[in-house]
Amino acid sequence: MSETAEAVAPAGAIPRGSTGTPFNNTMTIAKREFASYFSSPLGYIVIGMFLLLVGFLVFYPFAFLVIGKTSVQPLFNAISWLLPLISPAIAMRTFAEESRTGTLEMLITQPVRDGEVILGKFLGAAGLLGVALATTFIYPMVISKMGELDWGPVLGGYLGLLLGGAAYVSLGVMVSSHTKDQITAFFLAFIVGAVFFLLDKAPIMFGGAASVLEYLCPDYHFKSIARGVLDLRNVIYFVSVISVCLLATARSLGSRRWN
Amino acid sequence: MATDVMIEARDLTKIYGTQRAVDKLNFEIRRGEIVGFLGPNGAGKSTTMKILTCFIAPTEGTAKIGGHDVFNDPLAVRSVLGYLPQRAALYPEMGVVEYLEFAAELRAIPKSERRERIKKVVKICGLEEALRKEIGQLSYGYRQRVGLAQALIHDPPILILDEPTADLDPNESAEVIEYIKAIGKTRTVMLSTHDLSEVKASCARVLIVNRGKIVADGAPDELAAKSGRVRYVIGIDEKQGLKGAKAPESVGEVLKALEGVVKGGTAKELTSDDKAHVVEVTAAGGDDHRREFFQLAVDKGWNLLELRREALQLEEVFRQLTVGADAKSADKSESKKSTAKE
Repeated sequence: MSETAEAVAPAGAIPRGSTGTPFNNTMTIAKREFASYFSSPLGYIVIGMFLLLVGFLVFYPFAFLVIGKTSVQPLFNAISWLLPLISPAIAMRTFAEESRTGTLEMLITQPVRDGEVILGKFLGAAGLLGVALATTFIYPMVISKMGELDWGPVLGGYLGLLLGGAAYVSLGVMVSSHTKDQITAFFLAFIVGAVFFLLDKAPIMFGGAASVLEYLCPDYHFKSIARGVLDLRNVIYFVSVISVCLLATARSLGSRRWN
Repeated sequence: MATDVMIEARDLTKIYGTQRAVDKLNFEIRRGEIVGFLGPNGAGKSTTMKILTCFIAPTEGTAKIGGHDVFNDPLAVRSVLGYLPQRAALYPEMGVVEYLEFAAELRAIPKSERRERIKKVVKICGLEEALRKEIGQLSYGYRQRVGLAQALIHDPPILILDEPTADLDPNESAEVIEYIKAIGKTRTVMLSTHDLSEVKASCARVLIVNRGKIVADGAPDELAAKSGRVRYVIGIDEKQGLKGAKAPESVGEVLKALEGVVKGGTAKELTSDDKAHVVEVTAAGGDDHRREFFQLAVDKGWNLLELRREALQLEEVFRQLTVGADAKSADKSESKKSTAKE
């Protein structure tokens, strides 16, 4: 179905009703998606768990003290390890739950394009991730009290984490669009994410392919982000992952028409 | 020339795997009609509606809503359409007003008009009492009304309602039907159901589908009349005969005697109490056999407690068409291509 083609109304057709612009529709759906996290316990649980685990990973090994200087690197490392866990939890229900309960039919039969639904849901989920990340901002603020902190790399690092986390979210959205069960969606996305996460830990076994595997591994990109360096290679990587996953989601959503 | 045909299906076909859920469906629904879309479960009602609302694509054939092709311009189709899917699935965590605002936003109703529109659909659908609640707290009946309100929010000229009264209690169901009738005064409505009393109450025209095909199309009374058969309901006193005569010993005796009166008639017992044998005889509609039934009762010395003649009910037409056609088409397809299966 060529939803983008605004076909000229055929002769004798009744005038078409009003439809929103792609931007407005996307934002309407994103807003609803985002708000829905906070009208159920899920949003609070995800953020609470995230904060707890970040705190544990940062403070338990006293990493930031051992290094002996004020650095956010342990924090960013901790967050980057948690993203493959927390993002699937955020994304798991985006499509799975809606197709299970049937609300997806209600949504898709509104005058919206599939792409708007997918992008809206992705942005809504990424929005929750953004809130979760923002809550950890307390750490750099505390650390900055203990010594000089260069804010440039901190902000760059957060931006990178948001982008990388969004890539995991897009993976979760894609997986969610293939199942009606959000728990399945969670575990599948977690496993796939974890495999990619581990890719650069295995270069010894693959020898020559190591650099390719490294590039495919999100953790490899997070390492440079944790140092506060967000370069174009990282951005391109994460944006590519997001694009591929959302396009795959579109395929999955489109296939319902033909099956 | 503006078309008068609001919903049009041409050879609409949907094949799931090897099953033909919808099989070359052809129909037209004109401006201002309220059409009941009837059929047993699995007849293809929902599938047809899902195609008309562009949720799924037909395998073959075309459909137009308000002149817009479901395949070429789904957005235009949806923009002129209000749709209530089966079991109106709504976001349970949202408030009623919040949900209607969401729907209004997706329909691109200008902000300044949203309040007015919501007020209007709330009134039409009798939602005043539920306004402050979350959808998850509402009864099915109210949820269905919210679904209906959602479908009406943009004042669409065409409405497609998939089993709007399923899961409702009789009171709720009657209310929703009232709302639909009111709504249908100015709109084209296609509603699916398997509740025939609803159809009689609200629809001027009925489409009966079975196994993905249209098996009947017409006004409910017309369809009932067209079957050409009538039924007689006859009640015979079970305890006492006429002036000392004996009451019939068993219902079998009654059935046999009554069947003998009408050529080609079939008799069966209706549910009854232990005071009377109440029997139904269906027969061709041409003649009136009431006198003969009365005479029979007199001859046998039975007390006739009840005797009436009426046109076959829509229920029975429905049963004849769908069960009968079921067997027939099964026979046909078996003899036609017995090799095709498995």
